Amino acid sequence: MADVRASSGGDVGLTALAVSLRGVTKAYDNGVMALGPFDLAVRKGEFISLLGPSGCGKSTVLRLIAGLSAPSTGTVRVSRHEGVTRPGHAIGFVFQEPTLMPWTSVRENVRLPLKLAGAGKAEANARVDEALASVGLADFAGAFPRELSGGMKMRVSLARALVTDPDILLMDEPFAALDEITRFRLNNDLLALWRRLRKTVIFVTHSVFESVYLSQRVVVMTARPGRIGADIRIETVEPRGEEFRTSAGYADYCRKVSSALAPSYSGQSVL
Amino acid sequence: MSAEPVAPAKPENGAWRVARFAFPVVVFAAGLIAWEFVVRIKQIPPYVLPAPSAVLLTLIKDWAVLSQSLATTLLTTLEGFIAASLGGIALALLFNQSKWVEYSLFPYAVILQVTPVIAIAPLLLIYLDQETAVVVCAFIVAFFPVLSNTTLGLNSVDRNLAGLFQLYGASKLQTLRLLKLPAALPYIFGGLRIAGGLSLIGAVVAEIAAGTAGAGSGLAYRIAESGYRLNIPRMFAALLLLSLAGIVIYGVLALISHLVLRRWHESALGKEN
Repeated sequence: MADVRASSGGDVGLTALAVSLRGVTKAYDNGVMALGPFDLAVRKGEFISLLGPSGCGKSTVLRLIAGLSAPSTGTVRVSRHEGVTRPGHAIGFVFQEPTLMPWTSVRENVRLPLKLAGAGKAEANARVDEALASVGLADFAGAFPRELSGGMKMRVSLARALVTDPDILLMDEPFAALDEITRFRLNNDLLALWRRLRKTVIFVTHSVFESVYLSQRVVVMTARPGRIGADIRIETVEPRGEEFRTSAGYADYCRKVSSALAPSYSGQSVL
Repeated sequence: MSAEPVAPAKPENGAWRVARFAFPVVVFAAGLIAWEFVVRIKQIPPYVLPAPSAVLLTLIKDWAVLSQSLATTLLTTLEGFIAASLGGIALALLFNQSKWVEYSLFPYAVILQVTPVIAIAPLLLIYLDQETAVVVCAFIVAFFPVLSNTTLGLNSVDRNLAGLFQLYGASKLQTLRLLKLPAALPYIFGGLRIAGGLSLIGAVVAEIAAGTAGAGSGLAYRIAESGYRLNIPRMFAALLLLSLAGIVIYGVLALISHLVLRRWHESALGKEN
């Protein structure tokens, strides 16, 4: 990939963009303005985090990109990688909850997107195995969701999002409900996956530390209606690992992002 | 009778678990023994109150007649139950597909449910031949719990899972087959369990209302008939069979529900987790 510099304004050719939102607003049926106007450009292969207070419309942005809801005004554009030959879906979605079907096995849960797309059994099996192996759950294909720990369920959810080989991975506070150790481990696994697969990842979180650790770019959103408050690029030595988490540079970025986030909370009582 | 000393047992030990099953049995046996004694000592004639032993003897002696009637009643119950299950689930699916159909028809389902079936039965017997009328009665009583539980289940689908199906472009049929029906399964079984007992009640009510004699008459008719003839032991024997039938129906449905749900649903899982 050539030296393409992108900024939030989107002064980059459309071909290099995976996702672009322009002048997007979203109003709920009751008239409450949830979002915008909101502009966002995400390059292909980029890992960005959306960070903001509860109710600022972070999840709404993901749902708009996924096509699960329509913008009130503005345009949402999602483009596919060139040279994708496998039949599959352009977008994988990981929810805050594992959102697994409790009545069937891990294997069938991961197979679901392929089944819905009508993929052949043999090919589907191979891809399910591959996806489960990539999240380290090859031995648990026959287990039922309730037999797994919270972290393992989240891995299944991730495997299901990866099984269609999507271009874009949307993650809505996926690790928020996990304990810190599990969360750190999943953070590292996610980074390793991203380095290997080079998906475009849009990661919603309310944790400053998580956003700085994971992403190349942290987009800080303001309180409702959500807009972009700051767009901070995290530059460090790749690949990142535990030493980054304890470095001075990491602390500096966290401070910077925190202070960018602070205005979003002004005027609110923080409990 | 040697009553075991009841120590304040801890709930988790094995003896306590055995006791949970043993106590009702002990109470039952004690009741029967007391009943037998009172009837013998007071020399109560069987047409007033038959002793349990007399009931048991009647059950054996009249088995030819009673088993015939049992088969008739069970067949009616089964037909009514199948009709109620299929009808209730089908109607719930229809309601789920179209709000307009639901708004238009649901009030009538409620009216059918709240009108006492014993009052509807004579009317049905005028318009339908007797066999059909009896099954329709069983259906009317039993279909509503299936309908309302299935509707509840179909509407209880996880919002994010529904979003996931939408994201992957699932068709309406795929969503129904792979998401809504499995999610509704525990609710459907809950409805079926109630419907099993109710279709027996419906069958009995209709039989009593119909009041026909002959080879094809059910247990409820036997009870009414024996009452007219002051054959009280046979009344008790028929009642005993009805009661057993109800217990077996409930047990079978509960077992099927448990077997289907045991790997995933909270209701079918052990308490230890």
